[in-house]
Amino acid sequence: MSADADTLPRVTAATADVTPPRPFLREHWPWLAAILIAVVMPWFFFNWSTGRHSGFVLTMLSEIGLMTIFALSFNMQMGHTGLLSFGHAILFGLGGYCTAHALNAIKDGGLWLPTELVPLVGGVGGLFFGILFGYLATKQRATAFAMITMGMGELVAAAALMFMGFFGGEGGVSTNRVTGVSLLGASYSSSWQVYYLIVVWVVICVVLMRLQTMTPLGRMANACRDNFERAQFVGYDPRMVRFYQFMLSGFFAGIAGGLYAILYEIVTFDTVAAPKSATALLATYIGGAGGFFGPILGTILVVLLQSGVSLLSNAWLLYVGVLFIIMVMFAPGGIVGLIGAHAPIARIGRLRELAVPYIRVLIPGLFTMLGVVALVELASFTTIGASQGKKLAVGGLAVDTATALPWIVAAAALLLGGFWLRREAAAFRRRWDALMDEAKAQGAAV
Amino acid sequence: MEVFLVSLLNGLVYGMLLFMLSSGLTLIFSMMGVLNFAHASAYMLGAYFAFTISLYVGFWPALILAPLLCGLIGAAIEMYGLRRVHKNGHIAELLFTFGLALIIEKCVQMTWGLVAVPYRVPAGLDFPLFSVYGTNFHAYRAFMLLISALMFVSIWLALTRTRVGLIIQASLTHPEMVGALGHNVPRVFTLVFAGGTALAGLAGVIGGNYQVTEPSMAFAMGPIVFVVVVFGGLGSLTGCFIASLLMGLIQTFAIVLDYSLADLLKQLGITITSSTPFAEVLSVPLPRIGALLPYILLVLILLVKPRGLMGTRDT
Amino acid sequence: MRRKLGLIPAAMAAAGSLGFGAAALAQGTIKIAYTDPLSGPFAQVGDSNLKQFQYILDYINSKGGALGKKFEIVPFDNKSQPSDALLALKSATDQNMPFIMQCSGSNIAAALIEAVDKHNERNPDNRIIYVNCGAVATELTNEKCSFWHFRFDIHAAMKAETMVRALPKDVTKIYLLNQDYLFGQSVQRDVKEFLKKLRPDVQVVGDELIPLGKVKDFSPYVTKIKAAGAQALITGNWGPDMSLLIKAGMDAGLDIRYYTMYAHLTGGPTAIGPGGDGKVRAIMPFSENIAVEEKNAEVEAWTKAFRDKHSFDFYAAGFRTIFEFLQAGVTKAGAVDATKIAYALEGLEMKDFLGHPAIIRKGDHQILSNYYVGVFKKGVKYDSEKTGLGWATEATVTAKDLDQPSTCKMKRPK
Repeated sequence: MSADADTLPRVTAATADVTPPRPFLREHWPWLAAILIAVVMPWFFFNWSTGRHSGFVLTMLSEIGLMTIFALSFNMQMGHTGLLSFGHAILFGLGGYCTAHALNAIKDGGLWLPTELVPLVGGVGGLFFGILFGYLATKQRATAFAMITMGMGELVAAAALMFMGFFGGEGGVSTNRVTGVSLLGASYSSSWQVYYLIVVWVVICVVLMRLQTMTPLGRMANACRDNFERAQFVGYDPRMVRFYQFMLSGFFAGIAGGLYAILYEIVTFDTVAAPKSATALLATYIGGAGGFFGPILGTILVVLLQSGVSLLSNAWLLYVGVLFIIMVMFAPGGIVGLIGAHAPIARIGRLRELAVPYIRVLIPGLFTMLGVVALVELASFTTIGASQGKKLAVGGLAVDTATALPWIVAAAALLLGGFWLRREAAAFRRRWDALMDEAKAQGAAV
Repeated sequence: MEVFLVSLLNGLVYGMLLFMLSSGLTLIFSMMGVLNFAHASAYMLGAYFAFTISLYVGFWPALILAPLLCGLIGAAIEMYGLRRVHKNGHIAELLFTFGLALIIEKCVQMTWGLVAVPYRVPAGLDFPLFSVYGTNFHAYRAFMLLISALMFVSIWLALTRTRVGLIIQASLTHPEMVGALGHNVPRVFTLVFAGGTALAGLAGVIGGNYQVTEPSMAFAMGPIVFVVVVFGGLGSLTGCFIASLLMGLIQTFAIVLDYSLADLLKQLGITITSSTPFAEVLSVPLPRIGALLPYILLVLILLVKPRGLMGTRDT
Repeated sequence: MRRKLGLIPAAMAAAGSLGFGAAALAQGTIKIAYTDPLSGPFAQVGDSNLKQFQYILDYINSKGGALGKKFEIVPFDNKSQPSDALLALKSATDQNMPFIMQCSGSNIAAALIEAVDKHNERNPDNRIIYVNCGAVATELTNEKCSFWHFRFDIHAAMKAETMVRALPKDVTKIYLLNQDYLFGQSVQRDVKEFLKKLRPDVQVVGDELIPLGKVKDFSPYVTKIKAAGAQALITGNWGPDMSLLIKAGMDAGLDIRYYTMYAHLTGGPTAIGPGGDGKVRAIMPFSENIAVEEKNAEVEAWTKAFRDKHSFDFYAAGFRTIFEFLQAGVTKAGAVDATKIAYALEGLEMKDFLGHPAIIRKGDHQILSNYYVGVFKKGVKYDSEKTGLGWATEATVTAKDLDQPSTCKMKRPK
């Protein structure tokens, strides 16, 4: 039994070695495509008439970039090591504080460091605090670990308000990214320069974290997550594995914090507070904690929700809540898990047969969604919006919330859509199961 | 002496309020392993329900009706939501309750508005009961103590003296075995979740008018409840009780004792000046960090004893 | 200083992809971006401000707006986070809005001042003015002052002075209790300083800082205040920290004077309740009863119309002064151009909406206007939050009295 456990990882490693190296392009095209999209994205929002970039879009894209690093570093703990942390933001925020102080020191001439390398300061800061907090927290695992990190998160957040010296109290530490010291001669006074700096750092960090999962440490982290007793039998100390993972994840979270400091030029106590930690957890889970790509997708979705939908409706938190509930109920593997579920059917080449059932589910699904959104907006409008003197309008038509008609229409859309959706979902399920059985019969399912 | 006695009473009342809030969570958490982030939301719902009901039929019926309503909502959540999520693991359950908390908060804002509602102590209990060295002890606070003590005794009796209670206790440690013996474990789960939610609702009815009933009350009470439950230890109602009282007393006495680490060091012959490293940290007086002590205690106890104070199994 | 939506091209793109309809904004208005928490636990802060702004703007626009254009407020939710406020700033500058307004949170205000400074320096063709309607940390118009920042509320030190001036002669023992962060510490320091200067006979018997928003039970503090023998409590607490403190004091029968800075804001009167008759005082720029006391029929009718429409207190009617200043500033500048408006605004002197003199000081862009100390009691014409009690003026401090010196060294652009 123990011999089995001992040889297992080596066998997989060996098989990985003997597979012939595939062409670089064919293997990595999704990543290259993602980089390409990231590079051209700002130009879709370029305002040609004024010759200006949209500052809002650039900031949001930059935020997506640095939150990607943050979510992936969180996933080093949660997805890869099975450590649920409620205080991951302390590593992010403390990295940010270190970076802000470093930038100020550079400005004062006390330190020489080109702006391009400043995020490294955040990384080192994150690493340092990762060692400090990780040494304590990784003594335990599972819920005890989660609760220790929650306690630490609350303590650091409170300390950030209390101690003026390092944290600057409520006002935070403000800084200026235009230090005049640069490797490339860029001033970083405009948002697009910062955006591309962040893109470069994201690529570097994503590659490094990806490579890390393939190291023996990364593999042992997975082993500790799946069965920590067996991992112990193999002769590794799971505690040290947890500790190293925590430390490294602190390094990357710190880099993300450093980029935050450069982007916003201010670091305040809410970078270490609980909502930031929650964002990482949500992004990771929604995207899919199992894989590597998941947190990236999740981050994009969560940042768009936070910065995009919140502009449209003050009930956005409710939509976020509904989204989570639907995700955990119907797609526990996150977006990536949802896509991955199609793999067996794709392998037998019958993905096309799902197109019609999908469309048939999508229509009542949209109907139901519209019903929900309409009801929520109506309710939110009558209690909150109406007295703000706003008028509710759909497609330019003013809606009178005092009459019964809009309510009836919304409720009817919800009810009819709901029933219709149930029927279609059942039909979809049958089709899906049939195809899955087929795939299993052909041996395409894992 | 004067300050000591009054602080003792204050600590007791606050500790018992914490206990009312966390006793439900300790049942849910120990039994189902669910980190229920919506627990404080049930507390808020209890307060708001009680406010509305007491507008029509008065406070006393609300004391019964509001927790029942919360219990029903809890049962529905468990049967139609949590049960389906259960197979997806604990993090899925946690996120489920997190989403729920967001939805409940918005629904409360949409129903009762964004501002605090005037939910007041019933007139029959709105008088000073007795006075300790000139500080009034309000009758309502005595009532709170009474209700929470009753609650502790009745939960304890229900768990140890009734059949259902014994099954619940058995399911705490050996759910598979209980299932194998032919008990309907899912129904026990529903019962526990509904019961836990109802207890939180009761805490809301009692605490809502003692404090302020507003949409941010759930957000404010959330973390401290977890601290109490985990500190007390999973699967132990007594642990939860002791932890609640301890947290209540510690926070109260920390406020009264005006000392800092610097004062302690002075006793040892070390004087802290502003040039000493970490002078800012060392000279923080105890009252300033009083509300943080629970978190410090939580981290400390988990480092030494991952089961918490009186936990019967690993968290 | 309490804490805790507009369509831009990007949001339109997001909206389009999400299936929402996006209405085009009316052209030719003077847009004011407004950012405060509009969702989450502190949503009521931004929400109640927004309601009152809307009413005031309708009035200002009915008076002709400025340069023939109407003012329009565009809300952005900042979720009490500086980073989201900066995102709102980006949206506002993307759309060439001349003003961004923010009321709650000195931390967010500090972030906005820095960001607006940097933005205006880096983009001279696309400048914006920051209108501060309630972030009162003293340093914002002192060490951190900026040419682009105009503060339309008196700062913490001025509020502290107002409180100290309002202390009756027979009160000689006071207790200080404040929140442990920038603003609370500033109140603590300033009150002590003005006590030393104006009332050397007063003794501070207790001085306490509490962790922000963490204390759930204030009874131990009440015990301490009682034990210290204080006659008055001075606190800058807001939100739950204020309501819970006063509630605990009422419950324990702590019969002293409560001097607060924010008890008059939404939720405060409800928390005090009828039991607080004649005990709680708040310093404020306006309450509806001031119009009655000063026999200002025009203002009374105007505020009454708001109450009839919205059935809640119009405590922020003083914001009308802000918009009247902006109106006058834009008209004087002759163009919707941030730099010109900023030069027009500084040193501008006019009557506030109650008819008292008000001025934006040229040296630090800080407004000076009358301030009132109100006491919460029965028998006033307009009650608060349907409690039957309302604010009656106990003392008035004039703009001239508040003219404290500033350490601001302002840099002016060309």
